[in-house]
Amino acid sequence: MVVDKPTDEEVDLLFHALADTTRRDILRRCTRSEPSVSQLADLYPISFAAVQKHVAVLERAGLVSKERHGRERLVRTDGNAVARARQVLDELETVWRGRVGRMADLFGQAPPQEANSSSSGQC
Amino acid sequence: MAVISVEKDFDTLSLTLVAEFDAPIERVWQLWADPRQLERWWGPPTHPSTFEKHDLAVGGYVTYFMTDPAGEMSHGWWQVTSVDPPRSLEFTDGFANQDGTPNPETPITKVRMRLNDHEGGTRMDLRFVFSSPEHMELLEGWGAFEVFPLSVGQMDALLDTS
Repeated sequence: MVVDKPTDEEVDLLFHALADTTRRDILRRCTRSEPSVSQLADLYPISFAAVQKHVAVLERAGLVSKERHGRERLVRTDGNAVARARQVLDELETVWRGRVGRMADLFGQAPPQEANSSSSGQC
Repeated sequence: MAVISVEKDFDTLSLTLVAEFDAPIERVWQLWADPRQLERWWGPPTHPSTFEKHDLAVGGYVTYFMTDPAGEMSHGWWQVTSVDPPRSLEFTDGFANQDGTPNPETPITKVRMRLNDHEGGTRMDLRFVFSSPEHMELLEGWGAFEVFPLSVGQMDALLDTS
């Protein structure tokens, strides 16, 4: 879902997609619910076709996906949610790797009374 | 390397970390149970931490703040949900307002810490879970005001490496 090394073209699509106020607004709404294209169209003073075009731009940039649900097409931001989850957990991992490293350092610095002075180096 | 493994589950927003230390269980436990020792590893050298309250009893609170290089303080809290010295500790970890009271608008993490004897040293299992209401809150909070900066941040990162 999340592309590790996007091409210049993909970055261009992302910038282009986010450079428009209506598209950013659509994106925000899609992070909170999964509106249908017609529900979105009701929210803006533009045509259904214009909203469809905006959604298509967001879709090409990998920011939203459309899913058929009965007669409606729901717009969702799954890829983005995964990216956010990834970022949160990556940050948590970085923080705790640092903490565990410092814990290990403390054992090296201040050996307990009954320490059997093993010569394990610090990584 | 003290960290043996890290597993992440993006669907449940959970992370499991296993570490091994060349120290007895009681000694590892003290790093959690003694606030002065806790301060020596909780924050990185650039963000020293200060623990104020430290009540490791069920329902008890631990409160702390970290000071960044500019002198800005960020506050946090734990509420202990289970404790069995020197083997296990479970708590909820969250952000706090400047006065140290929990900030309900920020996500919380459930943390479970277990210590076991392992080959003459200690194995520490840590599990972190963003429980579902907070998970939703987190996504909503971010969606409401951070979709754009986050995407830009991601792009910055991409541009840096290209």
